[in-house]
Amino acid sequence: MKTLTIQGPKPKDVSIARIGVYCFLILCSLFFLMPLYIMIITSLKDMEEIRQGNLFYLPKNLSTYAWPKAWGTACTGFVCEGLKPGLLNSFKITIPSVIVSVSLAAINGYALSFWRFKGAYFFFGLCIFGAFIPYQVMIYPLLRIENILGIYSSIPGIVLVHTIFGMPILTLIFRNYYSNLPIDLFKAARIDGGNFIKIFFYVILPMSTPIMIVAVILQITGIWNDFLLGLVFAGRENQPMTVQLNNIVQVDFGVAEYNVDMAATILTSLVPLLVYFFSGRLFVKGIAAGALKG
Amino acid sequence: MPISNSVEVKNLFFKYGTFKGAVNILSEMNLSIHKGEFMVLLGPSGCGKTTLLNCIAGLLDLDKGQIWIEGKNVTWKEPKDRNIGMVFQNYALYPSMTVVKNISFGLKMTGASKTLIEKKVKEVSELLQINDLLHRKPSQLSGGQRQRVAIGRALVRGAKVFLFDEPLSNLDAKLRAELRYEIKKLHRDLDNTMIYVTHDQIEAMTLADRIAVMKNGIIQQLDNPKTIYNKPNNLFVAGFIGSPGMNFFGGKLDRKNNALNIGNTKIKLDPYDYVSKPQQDLEVIFGIRPEDITLNSNSSISIEAKVELIEPMGADTLIWTSLESKPLAIRTEGSSELKLHDTLNIGLDIARSSIFDKKSEERL
Repeated sequence: MKTLTIQGPKPKDVSIARIGVYCFLILCSLFFLMPLYIMIITSLKDMEEIRQGNLFYLPKNLSTYAWPKAWGTACTGFVCEGLKPGLLNSFKITIPSVIVSVSLAAINGYALSFWRFKGAYFFFGLCIFGAFIPYQVMIYPLLRIENILGIYSSIPGIVLVHTIFGMPILTLIFRNYYSNLPIDLFKAARIDGGNFIKIFFYVILPMSTPIMIVAVILQITGIWNDFLLGLVFAGRENQPMTVQLNNIVQVDFGVAEYNVDMAATILTSLVPLLVYFFSGRLFVKGIAAGALKG
Repeated sequence: MPISNSVEVKNLFFKYGTFKGAVNILSEMNLSIHKGEFMVLLGPSGCGKTTLLNCIAGLLDLDKGQIWIEGKNVTWKEPKDRNIGMVFQNYALYPSMTVVKNISFGLKMTGASKTLIEKKVKEVSELLQINDLLHRKPSQLSGGQRQRVAIGRALVRGAKVFLFDEPLSNLDAKLRAELRYEIKKLHRDLDNTMIYVTHDQIEAMTLADRIAVMKNGIIQQLDNPKTIYNKPNNLFVAGFIGSPGMNFFGGKLDRKNNALNIGNTKIKLDPYDYVSKPQQDLEVIFGIRPEDITLNSNSSISIEAKVELIEPMGADTLIWTSLESKPLAIRTEGSSELKLHDTLNIGLDIARSSIFDKKSEERL
């Protein structure tokens, strides 16, 4: 009988569904890679070639002059120093903002999920509500407040603003993550003699790696890519890269140099890009570690 | 305050929710636990036993009442200042720490010296036979090993009172029996006060000095396991304790003949030991445990019954018959040769039976 020969693992067929999935994935990646492709090849063309149109063609004569110009000598308003100063400013803004906002949000989430004080739910609701209020409503009042505090147009000023605007969503993320940790862990730590700070640092924080990575990525990319807040609150000396990029692209005089614009844009987006590249693996690792049962 | 009581719960109220929909989980709870006693809080889920334990531990704030531990009023004290150790159902080991660090965490928090910590960890790990596991992470341990470590963590601080919150419920049957034995041995050797929450009556029976059977936040009966098993206070306790459960039959008391009528069956109640003799012919519920029924009896009460189902359980055999068309389980020896449809003459050991008022469900 034929059925007698059936044994061992079931053979795997290449199904039509699988081919469909791959086709879809390839199309998707092409769609998202196309702008990057155009940016890179345009930045490597000279203006002569760009004017001819042919957006998708590879450059005939490789010209790299746009890159150093975007980096060092392109004019942003009246200053012609390229993006160089903006990079430093962006770091000066992003690093403290990420550290302060993520730390505060982690402690917030920890307090809201484990130390249920009276009105914790109301407070949490308020916090979430904050996430839905448009930025624009708060900008002017915040500006006035910072003016009174004397930190308007300074690094601490912009760090404070980023911390405030990051707080609702980050608190939500941390609280939800901590709510899924077994409450008995916290109880055990309290019986073992831990207080608010000790339990957080010894017990909760070591278990927070996955969510920390998520929060840090979210904040780095969000703050680095921010334009509006940087423009309003950072001040002329501390303008982040995004604001300077805008100044390069929006020239009021002379010709628009598309190759320089493209190079400048790529330079500006390099940091979030690298963060994604290198933390992707960490991210997966973190999730896997977090999935282990305690 | 007599010092012979290790833990005292006085007039405790606890409710969930702060507004109108608040539910009383515990109301007017009073419980005294002696020094060195093994007290088991037993009841179905939602009866408030874990809430009570958490109140004693200081993990929940009570609404009214007091908690005393070792002669001190600890009602407003932090958990760490109550001289307690606690073991949880899901182990609650710190996943990022090795076994050593898990065990020594409490000592570290109190600022004990390194040499003291080392000494204590060594003692405890030898006691619980977890020396080989000290440098592993909890995720690399089996369930039984994890619970040993969790017990070690509670032991190491030398607490006077141990609280167990269903510690064996996540383990398989064999491990459960093993660890149950270990916990009992531990109690024998350490002589600490232990409060143990469980819904497993076997654990309660085997471990306890006294059992508090709880239902809806109220202690139904507080006594030693033997009394709870043999003389249950009310219908709930009788039904909850014992596996297979007690057989129950509705009937009517006949005081003139001191007998009980269950349908057409008349049972003489002369050997029955009343708590208080009822003043009228009440509707009652008659309960008898499967092992208190004898087969092929030639005593005065002899009822004919047919074997309807046989459940061999190894050490003994469970025979299912019926009395007045209600199922009746009989426990007999494992070597029983009875077959389906055999006819039996069963006798009831009235002295060991229980009779409850049908209305109040209290023992008569």
